[in-house]
Amino acid sequence: MLDPDFVELSRWQFALTALYHFIFVPLTLGLTWILVIMESVYVMTGKQVYKDMVKFWGKLFGINFALGVTTGLTMEFEFGTNWAYYSHYVGDVFGAPLAIEGLMAFFLESTFVGMFFLGWERLSRRQHLIVTFLTALGTNLSALWILVANGWMQNPVGAEFNLETMRMEMTSFAELFFNPVAQVKFIHTVSAGYVAGSMFVAGISAYYLLKRRDLGFARRSMAVALGFGLASVCSVIVLGDESGYEAGEVQKMKLASIEAEWNTEEPPAAFTLVGIPDRDAMETHGAVKIPYVLGLIAKRAIDEEVPGIKDLMKENEARIRSGMVAYRAMTAIRGGRGTEQDRALFDMYKKDLGYALLLKRYTDKVVDASDEQIRMAAKDTVPDVGPLFWTFRAMVASGFAMLFLFVVGFVMMARRRIEKHRWLLRGFLYGIPLPWIAIETGWFVAEYGRQPWAIGEVLPTFLATSSLTKTDLIISISGFVAFYTVLAIIEFYLMFKFARLGPSALHSGRYHFEKAAGGAPTLADAPAAARKD
Amino acid sequence: MIFDYETLKFIWWLLVGVLLAGFAIMDGMDMGVGALLPFLGKNDAERRVIINTVGPHWDGNQVWFITAGGAIFAAWPAVYAASFSGFYFAMLLVLFALFLRPVGFDYRSKLDDPRWRNTWDWGLLVGSAVPALVFGVAFGNLLQGVPFHYDDIMRPWYTGGFFGLLNPFALLTGVVSLSMIVLHGATFLQLRTEPVIADRARQAAGLAALVFIAAFALAGIWLAFGIDGYEIVSDRPHGALPVPVGKEVVVAAGAWLENYSRHPVTLLAPLTAFGGAALALLFSRAGRPGWAFFSSALVQIGTIFTAGVSMFPFIMPSSTHPGHSLTMWDATSSHLTLNVMFIAAVIFVPIIIAYTSWNFWKMWRVVTVKEIEEQTHLAY
Repeated sequence: MLDPDFVELSRWQFALTALYHFIFVPLTLGLTWILVIMESVYVMTGKQVYKDMVKFWGKLFGINFALGVTTGLTMEFEFGTNWAYYSHYVGDVFGAPLAIEGLMAFFLESTFVGMFFLGWERLSRRQHLIVTFLTALGTNLSALWILVANGWMQNPVGAEFNLETMRMEMTSFAELFFNPVAQVKFIHTVSAGYVAGSMFVAGISAYYLLKRRDLGFARRSMAVALGFGLASVCSVIVLGDESGYEAGEVQKMKLASIEAEWNTEEPPAAFTLVGIPDRDAMETHGAVKIPYVLGLIAKRAIDEEVPGIKDLMKENEARIRSGMVAYRAMTAIRGGRGTEQDRALFDMYKKDLGYALLLKRYTDKVVDASDEQIRMAAKDTVPDVGPLFWTFRAMVASGFAMLFLFVVGFVMMARRRIEKHRWLLRGFLYGIPLPWIAIETGWFVAEYGRQPWAIGEVLPTFLATSSLTKTDLIISISGFVAFYTVLAIIEFYLMFKFARLGPSALHSGRYHFEKAAGGAPTLADAPAAARKD
Repeated sequence: MIFDYETLKFIWWLLVGVLLAGFAIMDGMDMGVGALLPFLGKNDAERRVIINTVGPHWDGNQVWFITAGGAIFAAWPAVYAASFSGFYFAMLLVLFALFLRPVGFDYRSKLDDPRWRNTWDWGLLVGSAVPALVFGVAFGNLLQGVPFHYDDIMRPWYTGGFFGLLNPFALLTGVVSLSMIVLHGATFLQLRTEPVIADRARQAAGLAALVFIAAFALAGIWLAFGIDGYEIVSDRPHGALPVPVGKEVVVAAGAWLENYSRHPVTLLAPLTAFGGAALALLFSRAGRPGWAFFSSALVQIGTIFTAGVSMFPFIMPSSTHPGHSLTMWDATSSHLTLNVMFIAAVIFVPIIIAYTSWNFWKMWRVVTVKEIEEQTHLAY
């Protein structure tokens, strides 16, 4: 049996590196399309200011992109280095979308991004626009394949356990690709990225408007960000709701945990707005409930039950017991002692084999597990409700806050009154962290809510690790934390420096810091001036 | 399905070889350039010239590495799992070194401070040279066998340490891979820079080619007389479901050279590596950088296929449990997955080559100090 602390450390390392990677990815997803929009306007109108916009926001995009690439490397390594049994057990299915991501998307994005930055002098206007477009297409296709892979972890369709090779194998590539969970997740996630890009551009443009400098540049940037952001935030919310529906279909335990719905309630199920979930007592204290809403989210109906945690736990206990039958049959067959009856039993219960594996946390002899061990394993199928309950609510609250900002901002922009409402501009500026709060908590809800499974109902997380030691993990986590902290400091320093500097960073002589100083200002003077006012 | 399982397994062995060769040719070019950066560029302007020769290419090139890794995950999941987790700290070393590249290229020239730029130049050196060295060390260890085995649920257990990987033979193969990549970067720089830097690159290419030839020859002799190879005595049919345990494997001196006597045509691989290095040296001296670069690309292909052919059909032999060794017959994915991935590769690799060529064609020029000065805020 594996040391539980070692398993925890493996999970911490993956969570830290994935959450960190996920700071940079959404901005890349959103900014690339914003650059495409700006550059299209430039190609159509020929106005220099739009070219300057592409170049300036492209500079900030580049600072972000470098870290996205850097931290993405970790993700590719980590399945093998830290989740070796996972890679062995499901690589046949999970590896394919990752490899296709490389072939179809990552090559596209990476080949053209270099031309985006360095090709201005060597490409025609149209060619450069195509390059920008293909970069955006590449980043988004990349997200598609990653989410096909992730969707399969949530809802492992199109695959089957193979008794001879002792692993999951693909049975249908189409089912894997058209996994409804993956499709919904893709739109939800990329839309969240678009919102992040829009908030980023809107917030920094609001800063210039508040400072009353480079107004033409800032207004146009703001307009692009508000239009794109409004459409995207609506898409995120609608598809987020669709995710809830999918979870109600295939990940009932996750949904019940997010809602802290301990008992199956009489339809129509109510939605708990806030409350204090208590894991040990299995109840929620001080719950404020809205009638009908959960039934509508999860079932699109008010006359259907949404199963609660306690009932799901009972179902899972039964599945552990039938999984044990499959496991016993499997052991017999693999040991060469299998009878016809063993094969029949295995085929009948193999869908519950993963549940039997949950027992490996308590005993190596799965087939001899005691009732007490079975009960504990069944309890393990409930994710920790408290953190899920609150992160979900933080995500939704940030989403609606941004919906408010984009709706009001868009209306005010259309009526040309946005600059009069300084509170709104400040809202955009100080609201820049909002999409990241929503995105990181959203990641947490999706992945923490999947626990105790690495692959839903197939492979428990604690089994999925590599055969390493606690010391190995302490060393590697320390390395990641040290390296990532330094990189974050550098990235934030550059990002703040160039964002404060604004389009003057392009050295075109047309913008604030180069005109204001009158003489010939140097690059070094500008940020100091920015800090003073 | 287009091919039967056995054929498809062999095709994937070739394809992984092609992807690794693609990685060495493409990413090896900018890794070689990075490894030479502080030595060939004597001042900031020269270093910027060197960096900008690979500026629009390094990121796309790096995807050859990512995709080769992804393809191994998809086509040989057992190899991906056992090797990445077994070589844990070696892999992290590669990873941490690679971290320095995207930020190094992108951030270095964003600030004017000489200390900042100098630090990143050395960061680019580390980010380029360390992975090149470690990959060679990894191959050196594969050739000697790796201490790992499977338990009853097919979980891989690695029983060696990190420092054991740094044995003399593996360090020698590390020199092979580092010199081959430095050679490649040096021939590329001759093509894309003006005489001052190009002359230094020519000297570097000459030195790297000599080191490569010596190290490669020495590794070959060592392999013939000092390192035991592995040989399969009895195995399941090649087209059977891939189960990497239960075959019978013997360890025998000289077994790694068996394939060359059995199929003499495979001698082409090491001959290509030797010949390519000799030609790269001669063409560099003769001032024919195009031919030198082409020859050094042959070195990459020849070396990678030499490693592959020597070990065929083994990929990762187990020194403690030879019967658990991973081969290209029994460490693969299912027939369906190999087929899907084959189709994906057949569709996308030509497309990738097409737009990569367009990238090189549009961005092709001799990078000059004058150009960097004119575009000081645009260039890397």
